[in-house]
Amino acid sequence: MKFGILVNEGPFTHQASDSAYQFAKAAIEKGHEVMRVFFYHDGVNNANKLSEPQSDDRNLVKLWSELAQEHNVDLVVCVAAALRRGIKDDVLAPGFRISGLGQLIEAGIVSDRLLVFGD
Amino acid sequence: MMEEDDFDPEKVKRFMFVNRKAPYGTVYALESLETVLISAAFDQDVSVVFVDDGVFQLKKSQDTKGINMKNFSPTFRALEGYDVEKLYVERESLEARGLSEDDLVVDVEILGSDELSKIMAAQDVVISN
Repeated sequence: MKFGILVNEGPFTHQASDSAYQFAKAAIEKGHEVMRVFFYHDGVNNANKLSEPQSDDRNLVKLWSELAQEHNVDLVVCVAAALRRGIKDDVLAPGFRISGLGQLIEAGIVSDRLLVFGD
Repeated sequence: MMEEDDFDPEKVKRFMFVNRKAPYGTVYALESLETVLISAAFDQDVSVVFVDDGVFQLKKSQDTKGINMKNFSPTFRALEGYDVEKLYVERESLEARGLSEDDLVVDVEILGSDELSKIMAAQDVVISN
């Protein structure tokens, strides 16, 4: 099955990003395709490479980048939501790109299921 | 690889946007409305639902001067111009908050939760906030 994923929360205050990541990883391991993960609202903070969690904690930004590199997952950050929160190309972790909300709607059209992870 | 479900501009999907949160206090309502407006450009079958505190988004006479926030409720009146005409409000949510249809900035269809859940189940994509 082809999945699109929407992440609506930042990587630490809420567990939504963790759940989204775990789902994406499990789906890919089972042979499904994750065609895109779209980051909206505070979810754009998942793309901030300046984020530096303590060494014994999971580093979700890094995990997303690895997922993108290993499985060619398209990680898209909403431009309007990102600019509001200071997420620009300069701070973008590898594998992420900044684009418009149209990428979310397209993910809904193209995928078999669009899953929303949020509060 | 299956290719048949790749992007087809002819294929129309049913998109439903579910607003559950009050208009101010968090950014969800404002940013979600931006998503609805963008979706209108894709010629899909779009509907917007207001449940729980989300019904407050449609309340008439919002005055946000005191909290220094943009009053975005007039944007709901512009949705018709984008061909977004299916606006559903859950009756139970409205009544629980002492509101009626007359309190809302736009014409909506008021549905009970049973009916609304049937419409929701028939959607291809549900994006909730």
